[in-house]
Amino acid sequence: MNKVQNNKAWFLVLPVFLLVAFSAIVPLMTVVNYSVQDIFDQNNAYFVGVEWYKEILNDPRLQDSLARQFMFSFTVLLIEVPLGIAVALMMPTRGWTASLTLIVLALPLLIPWNVVGTIWQIFARGDIGLLGYVINALGIDYNYTNNPIDAWATVLLMDVWHWTSLIALLCYSGLRAIPDAYYQAARIDRASSWSIFKFIQLPKLKGVLIIGILLRFMDSFMIYTEPFVLTGGGPGNSTTFLSQTLTKMAIGQFDIGPAAAFSIIYFLIVLLVSWLFFTTITHLDKDKTKEQSYD
Amino acid sequence: MAEIHLKGLAHSYIGNPQISSDYAIHEMDHVWQQGGAYALLGPSGCGKSTLLNLISGLIKPSHGSVLFDGVEVNNTSTQDRNIAQVFQFPVIYDSMTVYDNLAFPLRNMKVDRETIDKKVKEVAKTLDLTEILSRKANNLSADEKQKISMGRGLVRDDVSAILFDEPLTVIDPNLKWKLRRKLKQIHERYNITMVYVTHDQLEASTFANKIALMYEGKIVQFGTPRELFEEPNHTFVGFFIGSPGMNFISVEKEIVDGQLVFSFDGINFPLSQEQSDLLDNAQSHNLKIGIRPEFIQLSRVEHPESLPCKIVHTEDLGTYKILTVEVGKQQLKVRLGEDQQTPQENAFVTFPHQWVKTYVDEYLVTPSTGDSNNE
Repeated sequence: MNKVQNNKAWFLVLPVFLLVAFSAIVPLMTVVNYSVQDIFDQNNAYFVGVEWYKEILNDPRLQDSLARQFMFSFTVLLIEVPLGIAVALMMPTRGWTASLTLIVLALPLLIPWNVVGTIWQIFARGDIGLLGYVINALGIDYNYTNNPIDAWATVLLMDVWHWTSLIALLCYSGLRAIPDAYYQAARIDRASSWSIFKFIQLPKLKGVLIIGILLRFMDSFMIYTEPFVLTGGGPGNSTTFLSQTLTKMAIGQFDIGPAAAFSIIYFLIVLLVSWLFFTTITHLDKDKTKEQSYD
Repeated sequence: MAEIHLKGLAHSYIGNPQISSDYAIHEMDHVWQQGGAYALLGPSGCGKSTLLNLISGLIKPSHGSVLFDGVEVNNTSTQDRNIAQVFQFPVIYDSMTVYDNLAFPLRNMKVDRETIDKKVKEVAKTLDLTEILSRKANNLSADEKQKISMGRGLVRDDVSAILFDEPLTVIDPNLKWKLRRKLKQIHERYNITMVYVTHDQLEASTFANKIALMYEGKIVQFGTPRELFEEPNHTFVGFFIGSPGMNFISVEKEIVDGQLVFSFDGINFPLSQEQSDLLDNAQSHNLKIGIRPEFIQLSRVEHPESLPCKIVHTEDLGTYKILTVEVGKQQLKVRLGEDQQTPQENAFVTFPHQWVKTYVDEYLVTPSTGDSNNE
């Protein structure tokens, strides 16, 4: 067959290129564009290079909220992942109780985020909220609008309530995919329940857990609505996370340049952490067998 | 090391079984002797796996009991029955190395390190796994994984029996015979009772000294592969064993000219006096005559006791031929060697008396058993 010598095939990629360009590249490049300029009005824009980046990285507001953000995401993962696995392990596997548990667990995931914030804003109030009232009635001084620790606890509790189901449901489906023969073989091998968890269930859950942890990391790292509705970032700045700081800067103060630089840094952090996590996990297996894998 | 006795064993998955079809396993008495290599053969859904799980204790029998060396183990858990089981799909602990996989059962039993090491290396040698002991079990091929599953049963000294539940299903055909031979070697070396579940008669007869053929929750025949082939106890055995299965012809008792004959489609089936007496003594009207395709003789010329037939179809399978012939309205299969001449269209079939089997109510009747060969 004669080989056709032209590059027409490139045109076939064009639609996808255009789609990606308008959905991702162009908006992102706009932000990059703003982040390297100081703009006064339509006719007065000056190129400033990496000045905004320098300023932003030295901004204590950003540093503080970045620290808070990492603290928050880390704590959330630390609670939600083990809790989700535990819930999944305890869930009934058949009968109507199984369906009921699934529905109940799925409910928090179906509630709009600002509604979740509102629910907890009311639920945790000391005067009219059930949770706040009960805690105060128990003799514990609890007020999430005044006390930073109470505010943190409430935001964490809200997020755990909202998102543990996701990990639980993912793990539940992962657990159901393990054939019975594994459990039977383990019984024959006299494995303890802990060994079954460690050597059968956990390795088989690895795939769904990677997805779950990534999703939870990205979502919690970008959390905005719920704490904004619940605490408004307060008291003080104690529950002001990255996206809220960014919004204040970009929309509140209209500092487009620094806000754009901030956005890029924010985006790169999420990308970097997710990439690091994913490659580390997927390489854990390969590295050990690299020198031996000849098949 | 144990003899496994199934005493009055029956099982139903339904809480309160009423009719016969509620039972997955019908009441049976059966003994698997210590050190035997047995196959449990039967079609899908006949209860093979259920029976195996009853022995290993993964299922509790609803009726009767399982005895190991005369001791009832109905309420003994799988862990304490000292049974190893190899499943249809290889079960390995993904995150462990091959070595750790093999050592796992011993570690769970708190065996000391040196013994574990010695045992694991010995078993690895038997199974040709020595080379890959340090590799992760996850990245191995199916047959290697299956060998590991087997190995986990062999490392334990206390194992009384190894049960195989169609272990070669996922293995490549060219590796199947290798693994099967390995199984035989292991059996000879360790002298462990082995029960091998399969639906493949070739696998069963190459592995086992004795085959238990299951049908609808019952063991219909227990014997050597040869016995199952030559003396099928039940029409199902005749049909299931052999390729193609046994030919069966329903016959009716008639008196023609004062003579007792057994006929089908108006043709008298040539029987010996003894066989004729056996069928004559039967109370039932469900009378069948069976003969293996291998034993039917085909000829172009008429012989005494031969019946005319028409050749409908010839299938050449290389080393042998399978002919479909029509006698009356009955279609029979005849198996001929490659070198044997195939007659065209019309021929005569002869049924040698020693290979003609008589069945009453689907069960074989022979002079020694009379009419009462109902197990």
